[in-house]
Amino acid sequence: MIQLQNVTKKYGNEFALKDVSLTLEKGKIYGLVGPNGSGKSTTLRMIAGLVYPTSGVVTVNGKIVDRKIANEVAYLSELDINYQSFSAQNFIDFYATQFADFNIQKAEELLSFMKLDRHKKWKKLSKGNRGRLKLVLALARETSVLLLDEPLSGLDPMVRESIVKGLLSFIDFEKQVVVIATHEINEIESLFDEVIAIQDGAIVEKVNVEELREEQGLSVLEWMKKIYQL
Amino acid sequence: MGEEFHTSKPIYLQIIEKIHRKIVRNEIKLGEKLPSVREMAVQMGVNPNTIQRTYSELERMGIVQTKRGQGTFVTENVEVINGLKEKLQEEIIEAFVTNMEELGFSKEDMITGINMYFNKKE
Repeated sequence: MIQLQNVTKKYGNEFALKDVSLTLEKGKIYGLVGPNGSGKSTTLRMIAGLVYPTSGVVTVNGKIVDRKIANEVAYLSELDINYQSFSAQNFIDFYATQFADFNIQKAEELLSFMKLDRHKKWKKLSKGNRGRLKLVLALARETSVLLLDEPLSGLDPMVRESIVKGLLSFIDFEKQVVVIATHEINEIESLFDEVIAIQDGAIVEKVNVEELREEQGLSVLEWMKKIYQL
Repeated sequence: MGEEFHTSKPIYLQIIEKIHRKIVRNEIKLGEKLPSVREMAVQMGVNPNTIQRTYSELERMGIVQTKRGQGTFVTENVEVINGLKEKLQEEIIEAFVTNMEELGFSKEDMITGINMYFNKKE
């Protein structure tokens, strides 16, 4: 379980997050949506222990988050990886040495699920296959928290489909809570249990998506248009 | 994705409808085992909790039964399936009639129209 209590993050005089309180439970997939610069990445990085709050408390499984939380949190960054001459095999070997929870068997299954060539170097991989490999590495870890920052961004529909199916096949719903920050909704909205809309560092609304459809007759996209008044 | 959904309508209801139609068309047979929640989630490209809700709802309707440790099975009760057929038929007719009434057609117009349509087709 993830908890943010009155969390504020300031960079100089700028607020990245403003008094955010949030509880996220295991067995659910949360969508964190909002425009660029709204605080999505900061929220994920804070749960991952990469950034600390200016005030307020972030806990994962009851523990206050610090750098050691990396043992319980798998985090897929939106940034590119800087190991240009690493192959998928090198990454798997490396991850296995870094994380005790890294499941090599699962990584192997994921590699073949994603139809990735284990010997091809990162710099020679297409953008789509880089996206797939990043997901393989995140999903092969048996952590209670899985954070994905823009896993679909800039990828074509075929790759998006394989990523969505990969998530559905390999997430451990008994144990994991999954948070996906994304500004692209179309392919992924049927995956969410709940969606959290964030704007200017504050949470605007949090809804259960099936209730949204049932009670308001709105899709996530329509709901976002209403919130952000696009 | 595996399936396309209207994203502004509850997805569990849309999956229930898909399964109903498959049963009525006999693509899913009486007593047949449905895919596990996870398999179905991957097939449909939706959250497993949505499938769980679909199966619970189908069970409440008497269409499926969950056997502990074995999975979810379509009922073998023919009456339930016949009831489902009638319900689907009624829904389609109701939608048709409502649509026609909105355009100002009377009951007689509709019956004549349907007969003419079948005559032309044959």
